[in-house]
Amino acid sequence: HALMIVFLISTLVLYIIVAMVSTKLTNKYILDSQEIEIIWTVLPAIILILIALPSLRILYLMDEINNPLLTIKAVGHQWYWSYEYTDYEDLGFDAYMIPTQNLVPGQFRLLEADHRMVIPVESPIRVLVSADDVLHSWAVPALGIKMDAVPGRLNQTAFIASRPGVFY
Amino acid sequence: MSDTVEEKIKNYRTAPFDARFPNTNQTRNCYQNYLDFHRCNKALSAKDQDVAPCEWYQRVYKSLCPMSWVSKWDEQIEDGSFAGKI
Repeated sequence: HALMIVFLISTLVLYIIVAMVSTKLTNKYILDSQEIEIIWTVLPAIILILIALPSLRILYLMDEINNPLLTIKAVGHQWYWSYEYTDYEDLGFDAYMIPTQNLVPGQFRLLEADHRMVIPVESPIRVLVSADDVLHSWAVPALGIKMDAVPGRLNQTAFIASRPGVFY
Repeated sequence: MSDTVEEKIKNYRTAPFDARFPNTNQTRNCYQNYLDFHRCNKALSAKDQDVAPCEWYQRVYKSLCPMSWVSKWDEQIEDGSFAGKI
């Protein structure tokens, strides 16, 4: 379908170009036309604004639809992450990367950690990312999340893991 | 709002969406609930009332605030050097 439309449009444009170039009729008397130029500048601008405003509103509204079942805090340190699950009790642990020489066959280099962050499947989860010392960034590409960890600031991100497994 | 405070605390899962803090930066959400908990405690105990309703704020700030922040602020309150107005 898309290719069909591409060919349709290019044929139309080529025909118009050839028709414009190879005509004997020339119009020497129109010098300017302020009215129509104003109209076809202002009208598209208005249309674009009418599209942009609801779009921006929806962008921020999408961030709000969020009824998490669990809140986890990921705090960045030099050079490990600590995870806190404090909804019911004060549970916290550190997660260090497994050094390459200690990897077991089957594990991923630079991705494995000694303690993984465990989450319930198919549940909306809120992660609050912060840092203890310098700027860090917390990301799980397989879940489509990345959030900067800024000392003194709590950045919120939310996700749902739709299937069980290990996500890196 | 139709639940009583006790029911809301009993069914507590995690801090719910707070429309006062709709954006990514939740720092103020954590801090505000911490302040509200201590202010609630102070206000209710000054009138000799039961401080049980304040538990909601405590659950919320415990969910949201990093443990290191909470212990630092608790120490500051004990020292008398806490910067917030309680």
